[in-house]
Amino acid sequence: MESPKTIIKVDNLQTSFYTDKGEVKAVDGVSFEIPSGKTLGIVGESGSGKSITSLSVMRLIQDPGKIKGGQILFNGENLLDKSEAQMRRIRGNQISMIFQEPMTSLNPVFTVGDQIAEAYMIHEGKSKKEALRKALDMLKLVGIPSPEQRLKQYPHELSGGMRQRVMIAIALACNPELLIADEPTTALDVTIQAQILRLINNLQEELGMSVMLITHDLGVVAETCDYVAVMYAGKVVEYADVETLFESPKHPYTVGLLKSLPRHDIDQEGELEVIKGMVPTPDNLPKGCRFAPRCPFASDICADRLPELDELEDNSQVRCWIYTDEWDGKSGVSVKDDYGTFASKES
Amino acid sequence: MLTYTIRRIFQTIPVLIGVTILVFSLMHLIPGDPAQIIAGEQANQEQVEQMRERLGLNEPLPVQYWNFVSGAVQGDLGNSIRSGRAVSSEIGARFWVTVELALYSTILSIFIGLIAGIISATKRGTVTDSLIMIVALFGLSMPNFWLGLMLIQYFSLGFGWFPVSGWGSPQQLVLPVITLGTAGAAIIARMTRSSMLEVIHADYIRTARAKGVKERYVIYKHALRNALIPVVTVVGLQFGALLGGAVLTETVFAINGLGRFVVDAIRMRDFPIVQGSVLVLALMFVVVNFLVDISYRFLNKRIELD
Ligand SMILES: Nc1ncnc2c1ncn2[C@@H]1O[C@H](COP(=O)(O)OP(=O)(O)O)[C@@H](O)[C@H]1O
Ligand code: SF4
Ligand SMILES: [Mg+2]
Repeated sequence: MESPKTIIKVDNLQTSFYTDKGEVKAVDGVSFEIPSGKTLGIVGESGSGKSITSLSVMRLIQDPGKIKGGQILFNGENLLDKSEAQMRRIRGNQISMIFQEPMTSLNPVFTVGDQIAEAYMIHEGKSKKEALRKALDMLKLVGIPSPEQRLKQYPHELSGGMRQRVMIAIALACNPELLIADEPTTALDVTIQAQILRLINNLQEELGMSVMLITHDLGVVAETCDYVAVMYAGKVVEYADVETLFESPKHPYTVGLLKSLPRHDIDQEGELEVIKGMVPTPDNLPKGCRFAPRCPFASDICADRLPELDELEDNSQVRCWIYTDEWDGKSGVSVKDDYGTFASKES
Repeated sequence: MLTYTIRRIFQTIPVLIGVTILVFSLMHLIPGDPAQIIAGEQANQEQVEQMRERLGLNEPLPVQYWNFVSGAVQGDLGNSIRSGRAVSSEIGARFWVTVELALYSTILSIFIGLIAGIISATKRGTVTDSLIMIVALFGLSMPNFWLGLMLIQYFSLGFGWFPVSGWGSPQQLVLPVITLGTAGAAIIARMTRSSMLEVIHADYIRTARAKGVKERYVIYKHALRNALIPVVTVVGLQFGALLGGAVLTETVFAINGLGRFVVDAIRMRDFPIVQGSVLVLALMFVVVNFLVDISYRFLNKRIELD
């Protein structure tokens, strides 16, 4: 079989905000790629730069933010070289995005139908009437009951779950090749969350698009993604296919995230293990490994120098000194197996 | 929308009753005997009694009120003490002058205010933005009569472009409308700017951009429609204030409007005129408020319509 084509390849992306307090490196050298038709999950705690990464791909970073460097190759063409007019033809057409806040992401003064139809009018030059007819088809596709009525309704007349379906309808209207979903279910009830994720998954298969799914929930990743990039403080710290990541997680942060997942298959004694401390803010980063202040394995070299993202034998990539020849801590440690012992020894 | 409009019309009924009661009471709140005051200080007892009879002041209060309201509905607001002519015809012509003045000034305010506000918001933090906001601050803090006098000084007396006073010809409109419209334009510009800035960071604006909408449409379609909602209220208040508060401008430009007329009537103790004018102005206020409410609801879909 021929190797799958890569739909998007992000290389050393750097996005900074220039604030009164100086440069804030929200995204600091992020790289990943998504094979065509596959789903990449981007996980990490709040503030790790996931949203800024996705907005950078859309080239929707607003002042005082700026994409400083790197490459975003979409079908082999660098989006950072495109003019604003060229980007406009890509947005909502070849790359679409849905957001975390379904309650505020739709314009309150236009009907649901108008907001979906607009995509067809912009990108396919359809007349209003034709566009509205296609909008109706979209509403049916995303499973909204009584779509004829919904078409004429305003967003405030819909529930959060319905609004997110409308957002999906807008995003998928023009058959994009890549859908970016930035925490699409975080603001929704648990039952609705599952429905929306299933909807995205089904539509992905039906329409054959690639998906970049941002979430802070590893459980969601396990169910929906093919590949995973774990982000921490503006950098990717681990990148692997989903089986490898869950079977043999490498980075202490990934292991920490996995340990803090509630598990249903075994009886958990006591509380969940959570990673102590907080994500450092981009204006206050540690000098060496950014995870060092919270890492149970941290050694001298970690506080001193930032590790690179290196590829291991199983094709996964990890940014941690433990997996290098320069590791100066306890030899022969297994992050996955020893995490608990190290974490409890620390406190 | 229709049900809301009808309901809103019904809601004005108690307001109208309140207004007419208040205006009716004006006559009776005057210190002293209204018949005596209206008949004049030199009038003898007999003349005062005659006046009392003519004004119906011997009737019980509810009957008087009823007579007042039914008269008002038919356009009969009594007669001016000074001229003896019907109050309605005395007020009529002057009222339309005031309405015209207020209307043109408001249109000017909206036009300039919106454009300035939008430019300011989209060019936020630039020199243009600062300039517009400084000019707006000037416009806001300049007293009307002073601005009027300055305009006359330079553009009438100085360049001779516009007549010094009067109302009717297009040339005569220019200076008074600028005088009255400036403050409103400044208020609307500031309001539009802050409203736009708030809206421009909304999530749905990001959605529009993510959809590939042109920046021009992002601003004028997606953002402005939302930003206008609070501006409508300001425009309504502005128009209402102009109706009642154009006295100084009318005086400076010697315009025969209602404002100046009422002030004269108060000085001359021409109570039927005062009463009639207050009633007409109050009714205008009610109408303007009604229109503002309707358009507010029309723009703001988030409010339940019925
Ligand atoms: N407008 C902004 N101005 C300054 N800093 C910002 C701005 N937006 C985001 N950031 C910085 O970027 C970091 C990453 O943000 P974000 O990508 O939204 O995180 P995530 O989506 O992973 O929760 C934040 O911690 C913040 O410090
Ligand atoms: S580099 Fe050191 S501090 Fe960073 S994750 Fe690896 S062991 Fe922990
Ligand atoms: Mg986010």
